Amino acid sequence: MSLGPHLLLALMEGTVAAFVLALTALGLTLVFGVMRIVNVAHGEFFMLGAVFAWAFAHLVGNPALGFLVAVIASPIVVGGAALVIDRAILRRFNYQPEATIVATIGLLYIIQQLVLIFYGPDARSVEAPINFRVQLPWFGYSGYKLVVAGIAALLLLATWYGIAKTKLGLVMRATQFDSETAQAFGIPVDRVYAAVFALGAMLAAIAGVLIVPIKQAYYLMGLDPLLLSFIVVIIGGLGSLRGAIIAAFVIGISDGVISVFFSPNLSKILATLLVALVLIFRPEGLFGGKAR
Amino acid sequence: MDRHRSLAFHGGALALLFLLQFVLPPYHHTNFTSIMVLATYGIGYNILIGYTGLLSLGHAMFFAAGLYAAGLTVHYFNIDPISAFILGAAAALAFATAVGLVALRTTGVSFMIVTMMFAQACFLLILYFNQVTRGDEGLVLSGAARQIGGLSLTNPTFRYNLALALFTGALVLCYILIRSRVGRVLVAIRENEERVKMLGYHTFRYKLLALALSGLLSGAAGASYALMFGYVGATFASIEYSIFALLWVLLGGAGTVLGPIIGALLMFYLVEWTSEVTQSYRIVVGAALVLLTLFFPKGILGTLREKRLRWLP
Amino acid sequence: MTRSKTPKSNNQKSLISRRAALKGLGAVAGGSAALGLAPGFVRYIQVSAAEPLKIGFQAHRTGIGAAYGRWYERTTNAAVKLINDAGGIAGRPIQLITEDDGTDPKRGSEVVEKFASQHKVDITFGTLFSHVVMGSAPRAGELKMPYYVVSEGHHVASGALNRYTFQPGITDVKAQVSSMAPWIAGNLGKKITMIFPDYAFGYDHRDYFSAAIEKQGGQVLKLLPIPATETSYTKYFPQIPSDTEVLYHVMVGPGVLTFVKEMGEFYGSNRPQIFGFIDSLEAVDIASPGLEFLDGTYFWEAYPRYAQANQSEADKFYRAAVGVDNNGASLEDSKDVATYSHMFGCWETLYIIKEAVEASGYQSATAADKKKLVEATEAMKGWKEGNEHPQGDKTFVGQIHQCFGHQFISKVAGGKLEVVHKTEIADGTYEPETDYTKMAL
Repeated sequence: MSLGPHLLLALMEGTVAAFVLALTALGLTLVFGVMRIVNVAHGEFFMLGAVFAWAFAHLVGNPALGFLVAVIASPIVVGGAALVIDRAILRRFNYQPEATIVATIGLLYIIQQLVLIFYGPDARSVEAPINFRVQLPWFGYSGYKLVVAGIAALLLLATWYGIAKTKLGLVMRATQFDSETAQAFGIPVDRVYAAVFALGAMLAAIAGVLIVPIKQAYYLMGLDPLLLSFIVVIIGGLGSLRGAIIAAFVIGISDGVISVFFSPNLSKILATLLVALVLIFRPEGLFGGKAR
Repeated sequence: MDRHRSLAFHGGALALLFLLQFVLPPYHHTNFTSIMVLATYGIGYNILIGYTGLLSLGHAMFFAAGLYAAGLTVHYFNIDPISAFILGAAAALAFATAVGLVALRTTGVSFMIVTMMFAQACFLLILYFNQVTRGDEGLVLSGAARQIGGLSLTNPTFRYNLALALFTGALVLCYILIRSRVGRVLVAIRENEERVKMLGYHTFRYKLLALALSGLLSGAAGASYALMFGYVGATFASIEYSIFALLWVLLGGAGTVLGPIIGALLMFYLVEWTSEVTQSYRIVVGAALVLLTLFFPKGILGTLREKRLRWLP
Repeated sequence: MTRSKTPKSNNQKSLISRRAALKGLGAVAGGSAALGLAPGFVRYIQVSAAEPLKIGFQAHRTGIGAAYGRWYERTTNAAVKLINDAGGIAGRPIQLITEDDGTDPKRGSEVVEKFASQHKVDITFGTLFSHVVMGSAPRAGELKMPYYVVSEGHHVASGALNRYTFQPGITDVKAQVSSMAPWIAGNLGKKITMIFPDYAFGYDHRDYFSAAIEKQGGQVLKLLPIPATETSYTKYFPQIPSDTEVLYHVMVGPGVLTFVKEMGEFYGSNRPQIFGFIDSLEAVDIASPGLEFLDGTYFWEAYPRYAQANQSEADKFYRAAVGVDNNGASLEDSKDVATYSHMFGCWETLYIIKEAVEASGYQSATAADKKKLVEATEAMKGWKEGNEHPQGDKTFVGQIHQCFGHQFISKVAGGKLEVVHKTEIADGTYEPETDYTKMAL
């Protein structure tokens, strides 16, 4: 294939990946921004979203209807699990950053093993709600992937609206800015934290649901989105929502394009090192303002 | 007085490890050998997280640096194990210093993420140079190449005592370090870096020293592992092996000299016993981590020190 | 101070007891060697005792190998039950001891150690993933523990392992791919692009298939290694040269279905010939949504997953015993598809162990008996198709500890696989690269 169509395909793939990545990373950065904690089990929420999507789709039977149920029910279940984790574990040591990292590593193992026990070691597929193939002059492309990009875009807009325009969003931003003052003004910081943690998990879970007709649900699928989300959140500036979304597109698309020119492992190594260097020389990230 | 108590305590622990080899049944004999090597890695990790307060999630790269430097030279150039060991430790030392020069510009969560990224890049590099490393499948070092002065490293008694010597070396180094002035500066950095800076200390240099020593011990453990057990593979560079070190140190007690081996021992046998009743060892590892943070944030020796043994280093 | 005394006295006691134990062990070994002169007598004692023969099964219950591991366990359990129902091995029932290795090489070697020293097994067997084999085999060699793997890697035959490690139940990748090359060059085309996983398993394909196809006058136009961590594949397909006649693919792991699906989306109906290794779809239903485009493509199979029109009696027997239906899925759940082209190796290896134990007069886990067992295994020449070897005839080369069998090429038709070609054993055999029998025991 000549370079033009090849780049076009890489761009399309990169864009779809970027939308899904943006959703996942948004959840991670939201939690970091408001609560100042790193959730290492974030990828497991993504995985749980996919696994529950399989379960719901399996229960319903009809692909389109099953998918619809999954898109709504799966994030709710995962959000509920996140609430339990927040109450039972994170709050008890008052969101101490290092303890949170250790505890969420523990959760990562527990969640993986539970899924292995109750769901099994197989990668299981969910039928896409809409199954069509877009034929371009040079190659074919999955129609469902375009749908994923569309839904993700809508969800990103909705999240932005929720944070920028609603009262809940205001409360969240106030807590992020200065949790002590927020508390003094009567904001129930505890409940805001719980809500943010659940919301972060739900964003990851939705991304998991959207991806499962493309990639199958598998109990070890959480590590990859976790690492990528870390990269995005760092480049975007820890805790910056706008930065995370921009960075998701930079990473998603450049990953596609770099792989046109370099061998895949090499391009992953280059990307990883680049990110580490960004963090070293611009600790506040490329796009984020000065982190508080 | 405290000093004597503490010396007796650690000396006693080493003596116990020496004597154990005569009573341990073969299976546990080998387990203790490998646990002492891994605990050396744990001590290296502890110097960084326990005494300097830097949380790294990429220490597997230093372990792997030692593992591969020693393993590849033995496999391809047939050098003797002692030189290979020195080479492995030196390679890890150099590598840790280089990583430190860039990564230590960050702190806190960023440091954790940067070390994790570097380690991931190393893991991928091992796969990338698969023509040399054989990637995930790895290489087997032949028994013939693993001889020191006519004694084979496959000999259990010889191997146990070598592992004990390695562990003793690491323990003594760690002990001397934290009793020294440098060690006290490291602890001060852990408690409040800004204040140490204000007192006129160049904290970057101290942190770099801690990371270099930490890398040295991790690499020495990696090199020993390759030479003693004859296998070199990419798994040892994966993120799991970074998490293991964290787990051992926290379980035993971060910032205690004997914590890492207690953590490594307990964790090994916890997984071992539970694997007999259930196949879910991941749940055990996970639950241990969660329960630790909830109820014993200072680990076993750390809690003991708080409650009774105030003199414990 | 009182404390330090206790271990010391313990130590002295144990030194003595250990020495005594060693002496005892030596006596037993010497004794059994002497008794070896009168095998009939020994066998008589053994039968009356009927102590179980302990086989340690190193299983991938967790980790990336879990999907394969589950079927390895089912097959192994079925074969053990059959052997025990028929009177066991040399009159002794098999006691199977299964331990999870987490598909991890370090844990793998610990499991071998545990089998040897804790469970005191006679034989260890069943490892699949090649990095676990590589991690475990050195320890098995040091412990002088007969270690029968079912991995299909070229590691055993390459000479990288040791005298105690065997692969008698499954053909290695080098032989598999070499035997495919003539048929591909003759029927599909000579300009090949290879897609393979960027780790050891893939390198065997890369190195040995490239060499084999060049021997047929073919040519590999491009190599496309895919990293282990990859989950999305579409971006690789444009790198396939447009003059490719045959696309050769082999993938393993949870991404396999995604890989095949995205390949279909990319090509649609306008595709080159596609030849894959069934590894790309082991444990996956060929009739999964999105795989329709595979119709008319070809797969290597070690053992046809779908029962063929000329199905042998042995295959019927084997399917029923393991619990697999005619579509290669579990009898209990038609969505639960077997790893049919690999798991038969466990079954056949157990029967080979049976034969070797009985031929060697193996009695107990002593060095002398294990030596006899190793030599008896090396002396074997091959096996005939039958209930014990349902996959087909095999030859065994003792020098390299590796067996060679027939391979199959199947065409996808109507969501099933139909065998179109069966290779000869000679198509895959190669000159031995090593001689384990010259190594010290």
